[in-house]
Amino acid sequence: MKRNQKDQDHSHRMLTRRTLVLGGLQLGFTGALAMRMRFLQVDQADQFRLLAEENRINIRLLAPSRGEIYDRNGNIIAQNSPSYRIVLVPEDAGDVEQVIANLTRLLPLDEEDLERARTEMRRSRPFLPITLADQISWDDISKVAVNAPALPGITPEVGLSRVYPQGSDFAHVVGYVGPVSDYDLSKMENPDPVLLTPRFQFGKVGFESKQEETLRGKAGIKRVEVNAAGRVMRELDRREGEAGADMQLTLDADLQSYVQARLGTESAAAVIIDVENGDLRAICSSPSFDPNLFVRGISVADYRALTEDPYRPLANKTVQGTYPPGSTFKMVTALAGLEAGVITPEETTWCPGYLEVSGRRFHCWKRAGHGHVNLLDSLKSSCDVYYYDLAIKVGIDRISEMANRLGLGIRHDIPMSAVAAGLAPNREWKSRTYGQDWLVGDTVNASIGQGYMLASPMQLAVMTARLASGRAVSPRLIKSINGVEQPSGAGEPIGLNENHLNHVRKSMYAVSNDRRGTGYRSRIIGDGMRMAGKSGTSQVRNITAAERASGVIRNQDLPWERRDHALYVCYAPYDKPKYAVAVVVEHGGGGSSVAAPVARDVLLQALYGGTPPLEAYPAGDRRKIEAQQERLEREMRQRTESGGSDRA
Amino acid sequence: MSYLEYHAKSTPTGLRKILFLNWPLVLLLSAAAGVGFLMLYSVAGGSFTPWVEPQAKRFLLGLGVMLVVAMVPIWFWRNISVVAYLLALVLLVAVEFFGSVGMGAQRWVDIGPIRLQPSELMKITLVMVLAAYYDWLPANRTSRPLFVLLPLFLILAPTFLVLKQPDLGTSILLLAAGGGVMFLAGVHWAYFAAVFAAAGGLVAAVFQSRGTDWQLLKDYQYRRIDTFLDPSQDPLGAGYHITQSKIALGSGGWSGRGFMQGTQSRLNFLPEKQTDFIFTTLAEEFGFVGGVMLLSIYVMIIVFCVSTAISAKDRFSSLVTLGIALNFFLFFAVNMSMVMGLAPVVGVPLPLVSYGGSAMLVLLAAFGIVQSANVHRPR
Repeated sequence: MKRNQKDQDHSHRMLTRRTLVLGGLQLGFTGALAMRMRFLQVDQADQFRLLAEENRINIRLLAPSRGEIYDRNGNIIAQNSPSYRIVLVPEDAGDVEQVIANLTRLLPLDEEDLERARTEMRRSRPFLPITLADQISWDDISKVAVNAPALPGITPEVGLSRVYPQGSDFAHVVGYVGPVSDYDLSKMENPDPVLLTPRFQFGKVGFESKQEETLRGKAGIKRVEVNAAGRVMRELDRREGEAGADMQLTLDADLQSYVQARLGTESAAAVIIDVENGDLRAICSSPSFDPNLFVRGISVADYRALTEDPYRPLANKTVQGTYPPGSTFKMVTALAGLEAGVITPEETTWCPGYLEVSGRRFHCWKRAGHGHVNLLDSLKSSCDVYYYDLAIKVGIDRISEMANRLGLGIRHDIPMSAVAAGLAPNREWKSRTYGQDWLVGDTVNASIGQGYMLASPMQLAVMTARLASGRAVSPRLIKSINGVEQPSGAGEPIGLNENHLNHVRKSMYAVSNDRRGTGYRSRIIGDGMRMAGKSGTSQVRNITAAERASGVIRNQDLPWERRDHALYVCYAPYDKPKYAVAVVVEHGGGGSSVAAPVARDVLLQALYGGTPPLEAYPAGDRRKIEAQQERLEREMRQRTESGGSDRA
Repeated sequence: MSYLEYHAKSTPTGLRKILFLNWPLVLLLSAAAGVGFLMLYSVAGGSFTPWVEPQAKRFLLGLGVMLVVAMVPIWFWRNISVVAYLLALVLLVAVEFFGSVGMGAQRWVDIGPIRLQPSELMKITLVMVLAAYYDWLPANRTSRPLFVLLPLFLILAPTFLVLKQPDLGTSILLLAAGGGVMFLAGVHWAYFAAVFAAAGGLVAAVFQSRGTDWQLLKDYQYRRIDTFLDPSQDPLGAGYHITQSKIALGSGGWSGRGFMQGTQSRLNFLPEKQTDFIFTTLAEEFGFVGGVMLLSIYVMIIVFCVSTAISAKDRFSSLVTLGIALNFFLFFAVNMSMVMGLAPVVGVPLPLVSYGGSAMLVLLAAFGIVQSANVHRPR
């Protein structure tokens, strides 16, 4: 069958026409593709170039090295030491569990840590290192290094970790660092991004926490190229950060160590302050704890032991513990009276052993009474009735104001945790707090540092320094930051009549040096070294009338937590005051018998800048003191040795 | 006896045929493949393995196949087209039962040592059988309903099978290529108008069926459509491909970032960078200039095919050449639209450039038929 030529031509023309239509469409579409390409690659090129860079470049922070902390003589209190850890790269390990089993045969691994590592492994990418064990000793690291062939994917890594070579001596002052927790972050408004880096150490408590910003420094920045999976391909550039500032404290490590040893196992606190410039020479709270435990991550058992100890080792009793100052407060009442002109030093008060105030009988500690007492006698023998009478004359508001001038009831600005303001109550305070009127009985209690009155050992030391110098000495903890000396705490003259101050000082001298003074047994021998002091025994319970009638129960017969607090404040040398000391022994019993010897020993140690000669002690005590000195020296040596092994 | 056979005596014979090959077309195909080698070398990080070497071997094999196919008279290809079509159809059915699963779909069938993707074969045999059909059909009957229905069935049967694999990209390609050949053959435009109206209805139905029992597409296909419509919805999940590919393209700028300097591909931000998304690497490293150059090569290939078709003396040669050119066009148009964010990600390779065996072999064999039409044109 032969086709019609006309049909042929027609169909061919149709084909050509349609080909041109379809070809045109194709060309049009190709043109559209080219336009789209132009739009993306020419018009929007900059934007996409930026996005590609964002994809490619990752910014990593370089953790700054934390500032170190020294004592006034350059002894290290807190430093950064290389810390070894063992990391595992799952991708290189192959059989991860087998490798972990091999590793466990070499060194003990904490099952808790391993579980955490396994969880981390499941979540992160296989080429990212996972820490299996932290704070590994050099011995263990070398074991791992030697057995490297059996441990694929395992590498020892070195980083910097905080170490406190003085162990427990500075635990309460300096505090400790630890890894940043979510809770820490939640408290911060705008946290420094470096805090989010894993294992970053951050001040948790104490000086480390208060001076965090200064100690931390500024993070550096490193730009790295990463691939789509997040693996780092190469480093592009880096800008080094700024190391944290080194800090020198006013504390003296040797003295601190001595005081800590001297406080021993008592629940006690001692503060030594330089009268001339407010430098804190030692602040000790006992019992203490090893801050290095917290850096490593304290075990549950250790932590429970610390929190359940009735002596509260974690509490910093020097600044955060407040106690009724007891008779150590009497200088404040006396000065308030002298300044107000309601008494003269020579005037006497009759002490029959009690004072009747609005139908209630307030007892003197001495049941038989002191007879006629003037200012000097009242402090020397710590007569209570003299102060009851004086306080009623002068009124609580003037006593409270005097307390504030001497540094009580106000918060001193020092970089430690939970610094307490204490309390020097007045009328306005009581009506504000309790909605009650101030009663004369409250004044009577306050006059001898009982009742509402509360002070921390540090405040008592400041008070003593202010009494001794007549200046508004304020405590200073930071001597210098990066070598820049910080302002002194010498303070302006306090504005009290020098004559009045001298009467009080003379009375305090009598407390320690008069045969009938309450602190006579804990005196210092030697001209130019003699001390002035005041004892205090503050009650933590009420003595009922019935108990008083049948005879007050002796402290030794009471359960520990109901015994009296023993306090002693003192300064020396009397002629040219250098150091002031406050000691509080919680539930220790009598201030003159328990706290005074401690305060005297501490004062001597500070004055002599080391172990004092036996001649500084009363002749009868020298044998006992010698034994004590030997024992303490041995203890301190042991402590530094164990501190040394901690560092390894 | 057709017009073609009648004039058979005036066509070149023997080795003289080689002189009548469309050599510029061979050169253009090689140029496109060369671009592919360059890019595969780059995405492998400057290495001939694992992609350039096998790809080059396959290209040489493909060129050989093309020459052999070109030497065979075009009427032979016309005569076997029905058989070839049926064979491809059988293979498509076989894949349904014995096929290997890859990327969530059944696409391959293993015949001895050869791993074949029947849907690739179908793209060509469909064009061949349609061309042969319209060669046989008298022109005045082209638009009669009965004679429209038959080719429609020829198109829809494989389309349906491919859609079931499921491979949305290839089924759209089959539909478009088949429809294109029908259009070229002169089927009345009113049919196409009706089909476009129906397609609009179908799209509506596809969206309506979502989430119901008679859901027409798989969930992942719906998600691809979703992310195509709004890639920012899920930049790290399903929209990741499109977002990253646009970043790569755009960051290339006017002249690109330089050979092997593309950060997007070198750092693995690009998905499937050696196959479907290879154009992004080209555009990133050689920029707008590089992209337009490849596009020009493609356009010239089509222009050569169209000129061959127009000068052909018989309907089969014209239609089969145009159909193959249309197929080729659809390949790169869909692929480029996809990487430029103009079409959903449907898994269509960039012809001659993307890494992959079946597609390249089948394509070069198809160009062999184009060459055969050129060689055996009566002069």
